[in-house]
Amino acid sequence: MKILAIDTSTNVLGVGIVNHEKVIGEYITNIKRNHSTRVLPVIDFLLKDCGIDKSEIGKIVVANGPGSYTGLRIGVTIGKTLAWTLKVPIVGVSSLKLMAASGRYFPGLISPIMDARRGNVFTGLYKYEDQKLMLVEEDKHRSAEEWGYRLKEYNQPVLFVGDDSNIHKETFTNILLNNAQFAPSSLNTAKPGELGLLGKDLDGEEAHLFKPNYLRLTEAEAKWRDENREV
Amino acid sequence: MNKQYILGIETSCDETAAAVIKNGTEIVSNVVASQIETHKRFGGVVPEIASRHHVEQITIVIEEAMKKAGLDFSQLTGVAVTAGPGLVGALLIGVEAAKSIAFAHSLPLIPVHHIAGHIYANRLITEMQFPLLSLVVSGGHTELIYMEEHGHFEVIGETRDDAAGEAYDKVARVLNCPYPGGPHIDRMASEGEATIDFPRAWLEEGSYDFSFSGLKSAVINTVHNAQQRGETIVPENLAASFQESVVEVLVEKTIRAAKEYGVKQILLAGGVAANNGLRTELQKAVENLEGIELVIPPLKLCTDNAAMIAAAGSVFYEKGIRADYTLNANPGLDLESFSIK
Ligand SMILES: Nc1ncnc2c1ncn2[C@@H]1O[C@H](COP(=O)(O)OP(=O)(O)OP(=O)(O)O)[C@@H](O)[C@H]1O
Ligand SMILES: [Mg+2]
Repeated sequence: MKILAIDTSTNVLGVGIVNHEKVIGEYITNIKRNHSTRVLPVIDFLLKDCGIDKSEIGKIVVANGPGSYTGLRIGVTIGKTLAWTLKVPIVGVSSLKLMAASGRYFPGLISPIMDARRGNVFTGLYKYEDQKLMLVEEDKHRSAEEWGYRLKEYNQPVLFVGDDSNIHKETFTNILLNNAQFAPSSLNTAKPGELGLLGKDLDGEEAHLFKPNYLRLTEAEAKWRDENREV
Repeated sequence: MNKQYILGIETSCDETAAAVIKNGTEIVSNVVASQIETHKRFGGVVPEIASRHHVEQITIVIEEAMKKAGLDFSQLTGVAVTAGPGLVGALLIGVEAAKSIAFAHSLPLIPVHHIAGHIYANRLITEMQFPLLSLVVSGGHTELIYMEEHGHFEVIGETRDDAAGEAYDKVARVLNCPYPGGPHIDRMASEGEATIDFPRAWLEEGSYDFSFSGLKSAVINTVHNAQQRGETIVPENLAASFQESVVEVLVEKTIRAAKEYGVKQILLAGGVAANNGLRTELQKAVENLEGIELVIPPLKLCTDNAAMIAAAGSVFYEKGIRADYTLNANPGLDLESFSIK
């Protein structure tokens, strides 16, 4: 079975093709350019280059959040429309989990970082156990500083993954000292082949109901909720 | 002739819509999922919320349109989608979905300008006769568009500030009507009398442009002044006076342009075409003109829908207009740049 994997949750645009256990094609860019004009052309190109017809796609895996709202919607809309119209299963994998997969050989905890402005981050905590990526603390929108203190309690080395971890390097280093470690650039760009493998054995979801995990209310909803709380 | 089936997709604002049109003129299916109820509590469309809803609705709506049409994707001639103008995040959902379907089934992809769509809603009622003039009045647009033939658009007049629908909605807010306020003002106007003399923005001699912000401010000032003096104004009369000013300018300029350009048809398009005052006055005015037919689509085809996008897409398809998978949402897409001639 061939798996098509799509990641548009950050500046990284990743499309991967997995054939059974084997990653056979990957396309990655890490630039600030419109995903919308590029994702389908890349899928088209990569499939052709790998000599695969779209009718051979047996499953679609999408990094479904958190991340850039617009970016997520592009990947999710393409993924769910293709899955529905080609009648193949779709599965979502956390964009943070995908980033954390870069830490496969790191002996400690892994904290993938996406900047969420104003000193906040989207992050979760992961670790590898017997070559399997396990969730330690759920993906959430958090204050970077509070997250640093929370991680300190583990008293273990923590690998921060993702380009955005550089934005918060000082905060984490000040709190965790030598336990704060930062992945090199080559491991900061999430690998779409890894995404395909992470989703390979997951059960398909209903394409119609498939949507991004924004992990945050819209500003308008949050404001409305606050204003109507006392009532 | 082979049958032509175009799937249309529209997500430019707060309706997720899909439709199938046969041979450019016949509605085979027309599905609209409106978000109005969701946005009501915010007093207007919240772009981020609209985008989130579109993602959740898009495949459901397309599936329903295809099911109602009883068609397979392999039977389609092409996929038409609104590429702009509109809310960029909202447009994107339709564009990505349309590209995905076109890709999955190797179908031609046809980009459609939203306003061209509004105009082509009329072709679902009666065949177009050229040259023609279209008055597009919606939440975001107030334009007079001259068409010499299919796919040709010349904007001969447009609003310099607020769109007509926008003015209705802003006035409605001052009168505490729920969103969208246009229909409420329309109803109130029918119950009141035009007792207040509001300005008419004719602009320069011969101009076909519009301006509604001065009128809007005049209405708002009238309300505030009355409140300060402790006077009560009859909202119905205020609505009637406001509507009279809007309708008079719209009708006058439309008729003048129709005469100058010697058109055979006047097409009304956009959500404000639902306005009773506008419909009645335009009908009256056209009755006095010989050889000009007035076409007003039913309400369902005036507000955002995908049938109109597929109808326009059908014509563009015949003209050879295609997009590739790099197609992007363009919130500021220009109608004339889209024109074929
Ligand atoms: N009976 C009516 N009288 C006046 N205005 C009305 C009436 N019914 C609807 N409207 C107005 O029409 C507008 C909605 O029209 P429409 O859905 O065509 O706009 P839109 O799609 O948001 O804008 P655009 O097409 O320019 O992007 C709203 O401003 C609404 O208040
Ligand atoms: Mg519209």
